[in-house]
Amino acid sequence: MTGPANGRAQRIGDVILALEGVSLAFGGVKALNGVSFDVREHEVRAIIGPNGAGKSSMLNVINGVYHPQEGTIRYLGREYHDMDPHEVALSGIARTFQSLALFKGMSVLENIMSGRNLKMRSNILLQALGIGPALREEIEHRAVVEGIIDFLEIQAYRKTPVGRLPYGLQKRVDLARALAMEPRILLLDEPMAGMNMEEKQDMCRFILDVNDHYGTTIVLIEHDMSVVMDISDRVVVLDYGKKIGDGTPDEVRANQAVIDAYLGVSH
Amino acid sequence: MKKNWPVLLLGAVLLIGLVLPLATGASAPGFYIEVLLGGLMAGVLYSLVALGFALIFKASGVFNFAQGAMVLFAALAVARLGEQMPLWAAIPLGMAIMVALAWLIERLVLRPLVNQEAIALFMATLGVTFFLDGFGQTVWGSDIYSIELGIAKEPVMVLQSVFQGGILVNKEDFFAAVVAAALVAGLALFFQMTPTGRALRAVADDHQAAQSIGIPLNRMWVIVWSVAGIVALVAGVIWGAKLGVQFSLSQVALKALPVVILGGFTSITGAIVGGLIIGVGEKMAEVFLGPILVKAFDLAGGGIENWFAYVLALLFLLVRPEGLFGEKHIDRV
Repeated sequence: MTGPANGRAQRIGDVILALEGVSLAFGGVKALNGVSFDVREHEVRAIIGPNGAGKSSMLNVINGVYHPQEGTIRYLGREYHDMDPHEVALSGIARTFQSLALFKGMSVLENIMSGRNLKMRSNILLQALGIGPALREEIEHRAVVEGIIDFLEIQAYRKTPVGRLPYGLQKRVDLARALAMEPRILLLDEPMAGMNMEEKQDMCRFILDVNDHYGTTIVLIEHDMSVVMDISDRVVVLDYGKKIGDGTPDEVRANQAVIDAYLGVSH
Repeated sequence: MKKNWPVLLLGAVLLIGLVLPLATGASAPGFYIEVLLGGLMAGVLYSLVALGFALIFKASGVFNFAQGAMVLFAALAVARLGEQMPLWAAIPLGMAIMVALAWLIERLVLRPLVNQEAIALFMATLGVTFFLDGFGQTVWGSDIYSIELGIAKEPVMVLQSVFQGGILVNKEDFFAAVVAAALVAGLALFFQMTPTGRALRAVADDHQAAQSIGIPLNRMWVIVWSVAGIVALVAGVIWGAKLGVQFSLSQVALKALPVVILGGFTSITGAIVGGLIIGVGEKMAEVFLGPILVKAFDLAGGGIENWFAYVLALLFLLVRPEGLFGEKHIDRV
C-alpha cells in the first residue's frame, strides 16, 4: 500500500526546505548529530523515531527555538541563521504544539484570530480607535478565519474559551490557529498524541484535507508509526539524534535499522 | 463551592464592617458618605498604580518593583516641564519620556535577562527603582514641586437638601476619579478589541505559542511597559496635584502591593476592584474602627490607615492566595 501518496504525487514540487548536517548539543548531550534531509513543496513529510530520538529538537531547530551549532538550514533557497521563532513565523512557517500551547483565557475565535495578527498592518493608534483601515482589516481577517473554522468543523465552539474544550478539539484549534497564518510550511508536533482512535482518524483526515485544499507543505512529528505511514509521502527516521532512515513509507518499513530501533535488537 | 467559605466569611465581615456605622447610627449619613467617597477617591489612585503592576506582571511575568519609582519619575517630569510650558504640552511630552524609558528598560534590562529566574528580574527592577529615584532627582531636583491642573481645590458642598450639613466634595478628586475611570475603560477596550491587545493577551497567556504565530515578544514588552509608564504618569499627575510632587510619591507603590495581592497579580479587574476595596476599607477603619479600638484598649489611636491594607492582604493570602480575580495556579507535586 502506498497510501494516498499516489494521487498527490504529481503535485509535489521542488525542495523548499533543506537541512544539511544539522547538529545540536545541550552541554555534553548531542540531541542532533549531523542530520540532513529535505522537504518538497506540497508534500506530507514525517519525522519519526522512538522517545528521545531528537524529533522535537528537530522541529524546534526549524522553528527557530533552538539554533544548531553546526549545519545549515535553507528555506526557499535562502540560508537562515539564528532566526527567532517570530521571524520564522513571519517567513511562512507555522507550528502546532505537542503539549497544547493555546491561549486558554481566550475564545476559540480569538485564538484563531491571533494567528492573523502578523498579517495585520494597521497602526496601533488606528486600532485603538477602531476606525478606517483598522476596521476593514479586522473584517477581512475575520472572513478568512471563519473559512478555517468551517473547514475544521469547529463552528459550534466559536465563542467557547478553549480551556473548556475537550483535548481533541483543542488540538484542532491549535491546528486552526496555525492555519490562520496561511503558512507555506506547517510543522505539526505529535498532532495525534494522547488521542483515541476516532480522534486520530479525524486528525489524519484534517491533515490530508489541509494539504489538498490549501496546498500547505506539512512536516509532522509522530511517535506512533502506524498512523504516519498512511498519510505521509516521505518519512525521516531518527534514533539517538542520528538519521537512520529516509524514504517512502514502504522503504522505511523495510529498513532493517528502523526495525531494530523500534523493536530493539538482541545483542 | 465548599472551599469558598473562608472567602465568603471574610467578605461578610468586611461588608458588615462597611454598613455597621450607618446601621447603628454611629455616623450621620452625610458624614458616612463623605468618608466613603474619600475612600473611593484614594482607592482609584491605588488602582492606577496597581494597574501598572498587573499589566507588566501579566505580559512578562515580571514583578515590576519600579512602578512606584515610575510614578514619581513621571510626576517630576510633568511638574518641571510644566514650569516651562503649558500643561497640555507637558503631559504628552512626559508620556513620550515614559515610552522612551520603557524602550530603554526593555533594551538594557529585560532583553539581556530573558529566560532568567523570576527573582533575577525582580532584583533588576529593584535596581531600576533606585536608579529612577536618584536619576529623577538628579535631572529635575529634589524639592517639592506642584502641578496645577487648574481645578479649584476648595471643596464644594453638595446635596444640602438631602443630608443635614450636606456632603463636602473636592472637585479635583472628582476629576481624578473620572480620568482614572476613563483610562481604565480605555485600556480594557484596547486589550479586548484591538489586534495589539489580543497579541498582548496572547503573550501573557503563553510566550512560546505567541512567538510561534509571529508575535515579537520584545515589541510587546516595550508596548506594555509604555502603557504601564503612561498609567504611572496619570497616577503621578493626579497624586502630585493633590499632595505635591515629592519623594513620598514613590511610596504609594507600597500601598499598591496589598492591592495586587487582594485583586490577583494577573488581573486588571482585580487591580481596580482591589484598589477600591483597600481605599474604602482603610478610610472606614481609620474613621470608624479607630475610635472604638481607642476606647476599648485605651490606645493612643490613629495610624490604622497605615497598616489596615497589609493586614487585609495578609488575610486574603491565607484564604485565597491567588487573589480575588487571579488565575488559580495548580502545581503538580
